[in-house]
Amino acid sequence: MDALMEPLGFAFFVRAMIASVLVGVVCAVVGSYVVLKGLAFIGDAISHAAFPGIVAAFILGGSFYVGAGIAAVGTSLAITWVSRRGGLRLDTTIGVLFAGTFALGIFLYSTIEGYVGDLFHLLFGYILGISPEDLVALTLLGGTVLLVVAVLWKELLYATFDPLAAAASGIPVARLEYVFIALVAVTIVVSLQAVGIVLVVAMLVTPAATAQLVTNRFSRMMLVAVLVGSGSAVVGLYLSFWFDVASGATIVLVQTGLFAAALLLGPKSGLLARRRTAGSSAPRAAV
Amino acid sequence: MTAAPPTATHPEPDAARLPAPAIRLSGVTAGYGERVALEAVDMEVATGSLLAVVGPNGAGKSTLLKVMAGLLQPWWGEVETLGARPGRLAKRVAYVPQAEAVDWDFPVTVGDVVMMGRYPALGRFRRPGPADLRAVLDALGQVDMVEHRGTQIGRLSGGQRRRVFLARALAAEPELFLMDEPVTAIDATTQEELMDLLETVASGGRTVIATTHDLACAAARFQTVLAVNRRVIAHGPASLILDPRLLAETYGGHLLTLGGQTVVLDDAHHHEERPGQMHYHEEAPRRR
Repeated sequence: MDALMEPLGFAFFVRAMIASVLVGVVCAVVGSYVVLKGLAFIGDAISHAAFPGIVAAFILGGSFYVGAGIAAVGTSLAITWVSRRGGLRLDTTIGVLFAGTFALGIFLYSTIEGYVGDLFHLLFGYILGISPEDLVALTLLGGTVLLVVAVLWKELLYATFDPLAAAASGIPVARLEYVFIALVAVTIVVSLQAVGIVLVVAMLVTPAATAQLVTNRFSRMMLVAVLVGSGSAVVGLYLSFWFDVASGATIVLVQTGLFAAALLLGPKSGLLARRRTAGSSAPRAAV
Repeated sequence: MTAAPPTATHPEPDAARLPAPAIRLSGVTAGYGERVALEAVDMEVATGSLLAVVGPNGAGKSTLLKVMAGLLQPWWGEVETLGARPGRLAKRVAYVPQAEAVDWDFPVTVGDVVMMGRYPALGRFRRPGPADLRAVLDALGQVDMVEHRGTQIGRLSGGQRRRVFLARALAAEPELFLMDEPVTAIDATTQEELMDLLETVASGGRTVIATTHDLACAAARFQTVLAVNRRVIAHGPASLILDPRLLAETYGGHLLTLGGQTVVLDDAHHHEERPGQMHYHEEAPRRR
């Protein structure tokens, strides 16, 4: 019991706990759509694209969230626009923007004289260093994302499942695509401090993929993803405190462990479950 | 009646005395990228019609439906759907894509999918209520799928999947049904039952336009047929499609005549249902 209560005596730990649970919830909700839309790769691209924004914000003395937000939302809308225009395959476009924006970040970073300290934190996260102001910003941004999803829940679901029929029935599928990709960008910005640029995609994809392995209704999938996302945030944070290891990586490892467990034991794909019907194929987990 | 000359605006002789047509196309040319899929199409579909659109693969059947549904902007020409610009009265139109257009592993149940038919009329902020649930159950009853409402859609057979898609369209209570291959790759019983249902829909004054590969079904179960192969080859009573000359013009080299019987070689795999098979080897839906 003491081992559980002791870290809660530290204000920084409590802030980190609130932040990582919030990130876990927001990522799971948005990630449920990301997994079903097959957009995992876009999530990775957007997080890397936030890097030059963060470095520019540092150089200009601006806010971390503003810098990352402009870069992430800008790149995500650019990807969507280019892919809708056609001419190039989506993965090609993403590959170009992904590497290009990240290179710009490194380039800008190398111009800062004698500044090496926080690169590791940017890349891999530093949730224990979150300030009270960061927590406020994070709560506002995360809350906005959840609110938008709550309002557009059914339209997003229809447009994800059957975009043609949804568009033909008057649901603005093209506009929803832009709104959704902007939500992904904001979600990533919210998560950067917790797990860093490199690991954000795991927060977005792994809980939702785990949930898809064990459920067959969207509402339940989202619920399970939220439980996996927030639960592994709590467990991972404690583990990282007790063993003094990187918090972001530990959270992601807990999620990955849960995913592996679902893969082995889950009712649909599990090695223990028999292949009962020939008609049910293995779920398509977009990892 | 064979190919309508470009000047004729009423391919059906009795079109003039019917109410405003459900669909009117004039001089419509449409395609994807550089490729022309439909060329100079003039046609009208009377309200209450049960129309089969036939033609070989790549003839522009699906493109025609997409143009009518407002999913594809034609390069040239004018389109009126229910008397308005396509997409304008979207809530009164139900478009049913080919079965291959969706991911059947998607985590939704039969009931969830049919409820989606109610979403557009609900508007942004309203959640489905008791009236919507009644409409869903009623639609599921019509396609005889009520007991499957809690089943994940990936566990359904090909015929059951078509039933669910038709139920979603019925739940939307539209005036116009645009259906892409609604009776393809399903068993004969399901085909008969779905055609009975579409017949009832059309006799109630609603319009059904369906593409099909099944010429026997088109001839036997539809009122009118539209034969297309990039251009409109013919538009008239369903029996028309059994005319060998018309078939030859529509299907070109894909025809084989054997002892007075004509066989379309275009698409050998689409009739029988293969249980357990997830994806059919139809041409891939073009999604952009």
